[in-house]
Amino acid sequence: VIDLLVIAKVEGPEIDYEGIAPLFALAGGAVIVLMVSLFRGAFVQRVLVPALTLASLGAALGLTIWQWETGDLEPIVENALAVDTLALGAGLLFYAAAILTVALSLRAEAVRIAGSGEYFALLLSSVAGMVVLAAAENLVTLFVGLELLSIPLYALCATELYRGTSLESGLKYLIVGSLGSATLLYGLAMIYGATGATDFGAIATAIGETVGIDDPLLLVGIGLAAAGLAFKASVAPFHQWTPDVYQGAPTPITAFMATATKVAAFAVILRLFDHALAIEQLNWGPALAALAAVTIIVGNVGALFQRSLKRLLAWSGVAQAGYLLAGVVVGTELGLKATYFYLAVYLLMNMAAFAVVIARERVSETGDDLRSFEGLGQASPLLAWPMTIAMLALAGFPATAGFIGKFYLIDAAVAGEYTWLGVMIVVGSMISLAYYLRVVAVMWMGGVEVELPGGRKVRPVGGWSPEADPRAQPEVVTVAVVCAAATIFFGLVPSPLFDLARDVASSFANLA
Amino acid sequence: MTIHLTIVIFLPLAGALVGAFLPAARSHWGALAGSVGAALYAVVMSFDFDRSVDGLQYVTDDAWISELGIRWSLGVDGLNLWLIVLTALLWVGAIVYAWRAERFRHRQKPRLFWFHFALAETAVLGALCAQDLALFVFFFDLMLVPFFFLIGQWGEEGRVAATTKMVIYTLVGSLLMLAGAIALGVLATPEGGDISFSLAVLQERTVGEGTQQWIFLMFAAAFLVKAPVFPLHGWMPDAYRAAPLPVLVVFSAVVSKVGVYGFLRIVLPVLPDASVHFQEVMLAFAVVSILYGSVIAFAQDDTRLVVGYSSIAQLGFILLGIFALDDKGAQGAVMQMVNHGLVAAGLFFAIAALARRADGSELLSRMGGIAFRAPVLAAMLLILAFANLAMPGTANFVGELLILFGTFEDHLTWGLIAAFGVVLASVYMIRFFIRAMHNRQGPGVQSKEACLLEIGVIAPVVAIVVALGVYPQVILEGTEKAVAQAVPHPETSTIEAGPAPAGEGPVGPPEAYNPEDFQR
Repeated sequence: VIDLLVIAKVEGPEIDYEGIAPLFALAGGAVIVLMVSLFRGAFVQRVLVPALTLASLGAALGLTIWQWETGDLEPIVENALAVDTLALGAGLLFYAAAILTVALSLRAEAVRIAGSGEYFALLLSSVAGMVVLAAAENLVTLFVGLELLSIPLYALCATELYRGTSLESGLKYLIVGSLGSATLLYGLAMIYGATGATDFGAIATAIGETVGIDDPLLLVGIGLAAAGLAFKASVAPFHQWTPDVYQGAPTPITAFMATATKVAAFAVILRLFDHALAIEQLNWGPALAALAAVTIIVGNVGALFQRSLKRLLAWSGVAQAGYLLAGVVVGTELGLKATYFYLAVYLLMNMAAFAVVIARERVSETGDDLRSFEGLGQASPLLAWPMTIAMLALAGFPATAGFIGKFYLIDAAVAGEYTWLGVMIVVGSMISLAYYLRVVAVMWMGGVEVELPGGRKVRPVGGWSPEADPRAQPEVVTVAVVCAAATIFFGLVPSPLFDLARDVASSFANLA
Repeated sequence: MTIHLTIVIFLPLAGALVGAFLPAARSHWGALAGSVGAALYAVVMSFDFDRSVDGLQYVTDDAWISELGIRWSLGVDGLNLWLIVLTALLWVGAIVYAWRAERFRHRQKPRLFWFHFALAETAVLGALCAQDLALFVFFFDLMLVPFFFLIGQWGEEGRVAATTKMVIYTLVGSLLMLAGAIALGVLATPEGGDISFSLAVLQERTVGEGTQQWIFLMFAAAFLVKAPVFPLHGWMPDAYRAAPLPVLVVFSAVVSKVGVYGFLRIVLPVLPDASVHFQEVMLAFAVVSILYGSVIAFAQDDTRLVVGYSSIAQLGFILLGIFALDDKGAQGAVMQMVNHGLVAAGLFFAIAALARRADGSELLSRMGGIAFRAPVLAAMLLILAFANLAMPGTANFVGELLILFGTFEDHLTWGLIAAFGVVLASVYMIRFFIRAMHNRQGPGVQSKEACLLEIGVIAPVVAIVVALGVYPQVILEGTEKAVAQAVPHPETSTIEAGPAPAGEGPVGPPEAYNPEDFQR
């Protein structure tokens, strides 16, 4: 009997518990948050649960910084997960985005309706999925990570149960997202079929040895996988879900999707193209470049006539995905650095913008319509300034991090012999001026008519009332101000981000 | 003596930031102190500037964003010295005017106004001092932000549309320039070398002629829109009509010069082959602008637009001088940048004074008949008008003459057509003066003499115009060497020129205009 037991003992994979610790912190955090929220009471629901969520994210962040080490892949779960600086660097951005999202969610309607335990536990699981995805070394883990990231988000989009658009957003995201996942899975299966391996490393060695790059099965597989990832990154022509889902979802979740999901998708895209398929850059480069160009144009033109700020930011997110793709296309170390740099900057700019949107839509009867922002410069400069800085940074004005980010991307594009793509980036920026500047103009350049107590004059539209004072929601204002200040800071002193990007780029030794 | 250009650049902004912490009613003191400090510093610099030295002076060269090869590199030579002084002085005048004039005194959010005003000065000074291409682009684009707000928030009717139009127009050019600048930096980097945007380095590293050409077009787009030059001036009438006057003074006088200055500082030295290649095209732009601007200026009723379209013509002259690719022409262009900056500023201050007497209207048809009651104002306007039409005895005459001399040398036809513009200038300027000062008194016009504030801002400008007319050498002396370095000479750089015939010395650049010869 004992012999039998010994034989039946399954060989478990070797696990590096130090490396997997952030994931444990997140998963454990999700369970604890869910359990603690079973207790009633305002204190538990409104203070303890968010605090525990923050603690869990903070622990993961701390562990990631503690493990920070440059260099190649280091397996943490044999053949499934591996940690390199790209995974760690992406992790930093996930945790930062999630921590900001928690702050933005504190007073959110969605948390009240869905229950704070459920909401924050779902958020933590989604972050865990992203971490798995960024660290995946294997097609199967990649898919597991993708689903773990997506399924909580489908639910989170629909958390404002009494609002039709929120439900619509959740359902739409579920259907489109599943389609994307299915496409990806199909592609992954074909890659496995062609190469006979699920490991990235094994696939990379198999290509060119046992299977040629022109193998149709492999090519179709790569194409389908790329399309599936393009869904997540909202790269045109797989972007159509983005505006509807962004608009319908509770705004803190929109902010999280816009930033963290994009980082996750690009982490995988970078790993797939710049690592596993790097030798074939000459083949996939032009195709991806065409996608980038289309994305830039579609995103910017789509944003032109939006009055809803959330839709506008969604379309702008599509355009920015196009810019980011330019860094992937060139398949160089410079491109990888530029992409990571821009992802970090993009997170800051968007979080600042979404924080202001949240602050305004909570008090204004016109929601996230442009009208809610009329005269904001007069009424609450504390909100208008972050929004202004975010808009100017997204448009790429100098003295903001957006300028440096675009500079870096164009630099990478030109150095990688894709000068025309660099020009596409500036053409996109030109179009984008029309809608970014409109937001700024609405905030600062409207007329003023009504005087509030205290002598401040505002317009009588868009839900202005003394209760609409931004001081009523300090955490949202803090997020906006901190992100905007960081955008300016990194626009003038970008070296910390450059150092980070350089460390991240060290993960792919194969790149030139 | 060491002059720290960084301090000159950031003094205005620092002053405004201090002002932001003062009570709103006193916030102008911060901006004023900062700009006066910068102006004093700049004036000291102009006296300290060594005219006999070749190359840049007061150089600051530190690493800024080393990962991108962007350096904090500043310097002064004959090309930008006087533009810097002009900028610093005009900003003081504009700030004093914006602070004291009753029409602008009750503004919303004064602290923000002064902040933007000072940020604009910092950006312009930065663009003028920059010796690193990326740094130049940085400041060049940054200039737009404060002007976007200044026009959009404190402007006249139609300001939001006007300012948006202006920013989009100019940024289309500027963003192309950004791409061109990065491409130039990357493509010029030799194998294994470090990327650099330093103008001195770029001047030595060369890129192929085809590359030079498309990069040239991108730079030209930025600078021609900024200037503006026909047919890229579409933003100008709206923006000029909508801008608040103190803003318009500095905008028209200085910001438009940064565009043409960019040609001299960057395009000619760094892209010499392309400059030669596109010479005729640019000359055509220049000449068409001169004629178009002059003719349209004649037909305008709005005084701002008379000066605005006259600026197009004047900038056409400057462009002509630059792309004559001749030292004399370029010297004339540098001189004319300063002259026109002064005259435009003076004219806009005068327009403000005229409008105060014409019941707030800035239309020529509602002005007139005040010269007898306001002789001082009339005299000052007359001097400015004469300067603008380049009457002999003014520095503008010297500038335009040099430009035309430079053009006649190799491009007689263009020069002759352009010379026609000098005649047209006198037509529209004299019409402007007569309609504004003489004729029947307009409805609602009250004749009164210039007040202290008006004299205070216009008289110094007029005094400098007169002084330069008497002694134009002060500008010419410093420019000679700088211009000779910047201008490529087609006859020496083309290959067909072949070896010089025996018996003759090597073909050198044509002699620069020596100001010693010009003794009146």
